[in-house]
Amino acid sequence: MSIGIEQGMLLAAILFLTGLTGLLVRRDVIFMLMSVEIMLNAAGLAFIIAGSRWGQADGQVMFLFILTMAATEVSVGLALIIQLFMKFKSVDTNKANTMNG
Amino acid sequence: MNTLFYISSAIAVFATLKVITNKVAIHALLYLIASLLSVAVVLFILGAPFIAALEVIIYAGAIMVLFVFVVMMLNLGKETILDESNMLTKKMFMGPSVISLLLLAEIVYLLIQQSIVPLTMKMIAPAEVGQLLFTKYLLVVELGAFLLMSGIVGAYHLGEKEKLVHHRFLKTGKDIA
Repeated sequence: MSIGIEQGMLLAAILFLTGLTGLLVRRDVIFMLMSVEIMLNAAGLAFIIAGSRWGQADGQVMFLFILTMAATEVSVGLALIIQLFMKFKSVDTNKANTMNG
Repeated sequence: MNTLFYISSAIAVFATLKVITNKVAIHALLYLIASLLSVAVVLFILGAPFIAALEVIIYAGAIMVLFVFVVMMLNLGKETILDESNMLTKKMFMGPSVISLLLLAEIVYLLIQQSIVPLTMKMIAPAEVGQLLFTKYLLVVELGAFLLMSGIVGAYHLGEKEKLVHHRFLKTGKDIA
């Protein structure tokens, strides 16, 4: 018996929903960014599984684009976190609820 | 191959759960690296060796190291951990967990509805991916280049410290007013 598409998709779904739960629960910006990373990775895994289902390379190409986007997003996000920390001396999103500059 | 797939999936799920429940940022990051490495094993089993290598090199190697650098640079003390432990109660986890479990139940229901389709598990060589990347998806590659360029510029602009000298005649920002 080989691995079916269900097992792979189930793994991707579990990872994605774990990331979603983390994003909703945590208040620390670093953890929120990490949860977004988990979710992007799970979406890429789903693309690879779909590519493996059809035996095509398109899924892997899409994973490359997701990787590019994740790298950009992390660099900008971490720069924003540093700015937030310099301004509020904290990485708690609840402390950053004012919009004065 | 099956056993390997199940073992690495179990490690991935466990490590990811530890990431979202951990209080210390650096421990969570190390768990996330473990999770990404086990996902790389899954990708290798599914017949994507090139992507598995990229997952190790770029995700676990570059992106996570960037996270580690920032966490070390911010040097978050005990107060942050205390704040987090005050926030991370069972009550906080209730709502999001219920939503996620409902969505998971829906996905499982949809998956067991249809007949089992085995994956081809055919090894897709990097050459095949590269050929597709630079013929069919060439435009998207260029858009990705734009995105990376704007990411570099944005990170540089956001990351720099506030300027002390605004103009050579106005030494501090207060002189403007």
